[in-house]
Order: sequence, then structure tokens, then C-alpha cells
Amino acid sequence: MIDRLIYYLGFPFVRYALIVGVLIALCSSLLGVSLVLKRFSFIGDGLSHVAFGAMAVASVMKMTNEMPLTLLITMVCAVLLLRTGQKAKLSGDAAVAMLSVGALAIGYLLMNIFTPGGNLSGDVCTTLFGSTSILTLTKGEVYLCIVLSALVLAAFVLLYNKLFAVTFDENFASATGVSAGTYNMILALMTAVIIVLAMNLVGSLLISALVIFPALSAMRVFRSFRSVTICSAVLSVICALLGLLISIVTSTPVGSTIVAVDLAAFGLFALWDKLKTGGFIR
Amino acid sequence: MAYITCCDLALGYDGETILRGLNFQVDPGDYLCIVGENGSGKSTLMKTILGLRAPMGGSITTGDGLTQREIGYLPQQTLVQRDFPASIREIVLSGCQGRCGFRPFYNKEEKALAARNIEKMGLKGMEDRCYRELSGGQQQRVLLARALCATQKLLLLDEPVSGLDPVVTEEMYRLIDDLNKKEGITIIMISHDIAVALRRASHILHIGHSVFFGPRDEYVKSAVGRLFLSEERGGEQA
Repeated sequence: MIDRLIYYLGFPFVRYALIVGVLIALCSSLLGVSLVLKRFSFIGDGLSHVAFGAMAVASVMKMTNEMPLTLLITMVCAVLLLRTGQKAKLSGDAAVAMLSVGALAIGYLLMNIFTPGGNLSGDVCTTLFGSTSILTLTKGEVYLCIVLSALVLAAFVLLYNKLFAVTFDENFASATGVSAGTYNMILALMTAVIIVLAMNLVGSLLISALVIFPALSAMRVFRSFRSVTICSAVLSVICALLGLLISIVTSTPVGSTIVAVDLAAFGLFALWDKLKTGGFIR
Repeated sequence: MAYITCCDLALGYDGETILRGLNFQVDPGDYLCIVGENGSGKSTLMKTILGLRAPMGGSITTGDGLTQREIGYLPQQTLVQRDFPASIREIVLSGCQGRCGFRPFYNKEEKALAARNIEKMGLKGMEDRCYRELSGGQQQRVLLARALCATQKLLLLDEPVSGLDPVVTEEMYRLIDDLNKKEGITIIMISHDIAVALRRASHILHIGHSVFFGPRDEYVKSAVGRLFLSEERGGEQA
């Protein structure tokens, strides 16, 4: 098995997949902590569907590179979703549901009408579940991914304390002169970037898992914001690496394998928490 | 010049005015209690003073060296998320965030300030404890320490003792008294408890159908105050 792994690692596309996978897992888990605590998990889910619709539009328009348009549309929707989520009390979640399902339907419709012949269900499956697209990344896409992840990481580190203040108590933060609206906006935009990047890794249906699971697992066991953030990042990277390697060796779908590993990790952490509060571990 | 001057202030939300023609001022060293029936607009007034919502009419101005950012705020306890993983140190430090501006990390003075306020609130040695595992009274003291990091001048307290047991409530009030008397911090407190307001405050602002603002002793003699007090006592007896 080790031989097989080393054999596969000899291919550049496998190495690309590992680099991109780790970066995306790292970024999404960092943002995930804030998103989960701010009750913004829904934004990740809604945006992923929007990204699918945008991708469909881009491919119908026969764009050679679908990323820029997808990124733009998703970022615009992130801003819109955040606005409705904050203002409307009742219709906020309904708006998100409508937008996400609508984008999904329109995306599939467009692809169905305009894609000449070819392997439609294969294409759709790839976008939704990310089947193999991470293994077909070009060098350009890898560089773009590295640059964008670096930006998100840098922004997260620089804004860490502000994000904490705004996440813990938005009213207090605004009252003492921290512009909460701006930081919420930056958070939503970073989320949009990560979601578009992560479409290649796990596909648009499973992205939320990458955002939510590591944060939830870490919160089961750790008790301070910093330790939860660090644990969530480490856990997410380990799960992504493990998932990628398993899927390469056993040729299972990449996205679902990673999410399955994340799920298993969550189970382990929940068990750890139970044992600890039950007094079995000290 | 007063810290806060309210001129002909009108309050409300969703386009509906619930209170108009409000005039009062808060001077350095005052201990102002805001009382009134439920739904009379106490919390809306609080949010307006903090600059979280715009007044429907009239104006609130700050003066005497106080800026809008230097108002420390203790929110109603329910507003802070109960399941939030955060240590005491992290929460208290976040009170310094307003001073940071665009600087990404806290500096030495801010860390020292946070440590001093943690000690002042009797939480020394518990810095790494998780907020959600603390008792209600301890949680309030953490939030008070955070508010003290944001200001040395004026504190706004929104129902600081709701949900606390009598012993802890008394402790909390004594803590607030000390801040007012010993540290000279101006206090604005929203309270349900009129008896406490009369015992502790220097000034009373009563809002509702009729409005009163003035020193405590005048409130007791005023028509609004007498009516409200007799209703409260009647309510307690019933």
C-alpha cells in the first residue's frame, strides 16, 4: 500500500491535489469557527449552491476560465445574503433557502438546455460532488488557489481579534467603535472565496461540511476561542489529507471521502467530550 | 458641559415613535437609574445612547471629553451567547478592541489593563476558565471587566442583575457602587427594581406615559414618582 502511495505521489497532479486540498481545508475550517458561532452556517450552504449556478452560467457562456465569473457572482450574493440575514427577522432563512434552491435549479436547467450532447450528468455530478476535478487541476488553477488562500489566511490572522470581538458580542463591539458591519462583510467575502475554491475539492453540495464539521468537533472538546480555532484548523488539515490519500489509494470519490473522515472525527470528538464530562477521563 | 445631553429626543423602531420630547443630561460622577414599565423604551434609549440606532428626532450629544466610543456597555445577559467557547482573558481583552483601530493585535498596555480589570472584578487566577462554565454572577463580572477595558468614564448597564440570586445581586450592586464612588465612573443603569434605584442612584429618569428626570429626592416627591411607587407597592402586596 505504501508503495502504491509513493507511486501515485510521483504524479504532479496528485501533488497539486494535496496542496490545494490542504489549503482549502485550512481556510474553510478557520472561517468555520466564526461562521458557526455567528449562526451563519446557512450562508456557507446558500453560497455553495449559488456558486454552482454561477458555474453553470459561466460554462454555458463558453468561458475558457469559469473561476473569475463564479467568484464574482458568489461574492455579490454573499453580500446580499448577509444583508437580508441581518435585517429581516422572519424572511432571512426563507430568502437563503429560496436563493440556494433557485440557483441550483437554474444552474442545472441552463446546463441541460445549452450543453450540446456530451456527458451532462457526468458534468453535473462533478460540480455537485467534486468527483475527480481536483485531480485535473491545471498549474494556473493551483497558483490561483495558493494566492487566494494566502490572502484569506493573512486576512484571518490580521483580523483575528476583531473577528472574535464581533463574533462574541456584536452590539458591544459596535458601541465601542469597532465597525461590525465591515468585518461581517469581510467574513462573508472570504467565505465566498473559499467556497468557490472548495468546489474543486468536494463539490458544491458538500462544502458546508468542510466549513462546519471541524469547528463543531473542536467546540466539543476545547473551551477557548483560540484553542478551538487552532484545533479546528489542525483537525481539518489532517482529515483532508487522510481523506485525499484514502480516496487516491482506494479510488473512492474525493469529496465524499474527505467529508466521511470529517464526520468520523466529529464522532470521536463527541465521544471524547462524553467521556470527559462523564468523568471517565481526567 | 455634561457627558451626555439629550435634547427633545424621540425614540422608536420600525417607523413608530414610542417616546418623544425626552430631555435629560448626565454629568460626570452621576449615578442615573432609568426606570419605567416594560415596553416603555428603556432598551431602545440605551441602544440610541450607544449609537447602535439613530434617534427618530432630537439629538444626543456627548461632551466634557467623552466620545461616543468611550461608553462601556454591559448588555442584558441573554444577549451574549451561552455556548460560546471563550476564556475570561479573551473576553475581557476584547473590550480593548475599540482602542486598537486598525492595529491587528493587542499591545502590552492593553493586556495589562485587561489583567488589572480582571483582578478588580475578583477573577484573578481564573483567566483561562471558559465563560460558559461560569455562574451567572461570574459571567456578569467578566462582562463588567470587559466594559471597564473600553472606558474609564461612563458605564451603561442594562438590567445588570436579572437572573441572579439575591446574594449575588447584592454583591453586584455593591460592585457598581464602588465603581461609582471610589473610581468616579459615571453610571447609567436600566433597572426594574425601583427600590434599588431609589437606594443607590443619584438621579432618576422615569420614562413611560409621563416622563420625569431629576435628582432622586425630587422624584420621590413628584407626581409621577408617587404614582409609580404606589403602584409598585400595591403590586408587591397583591
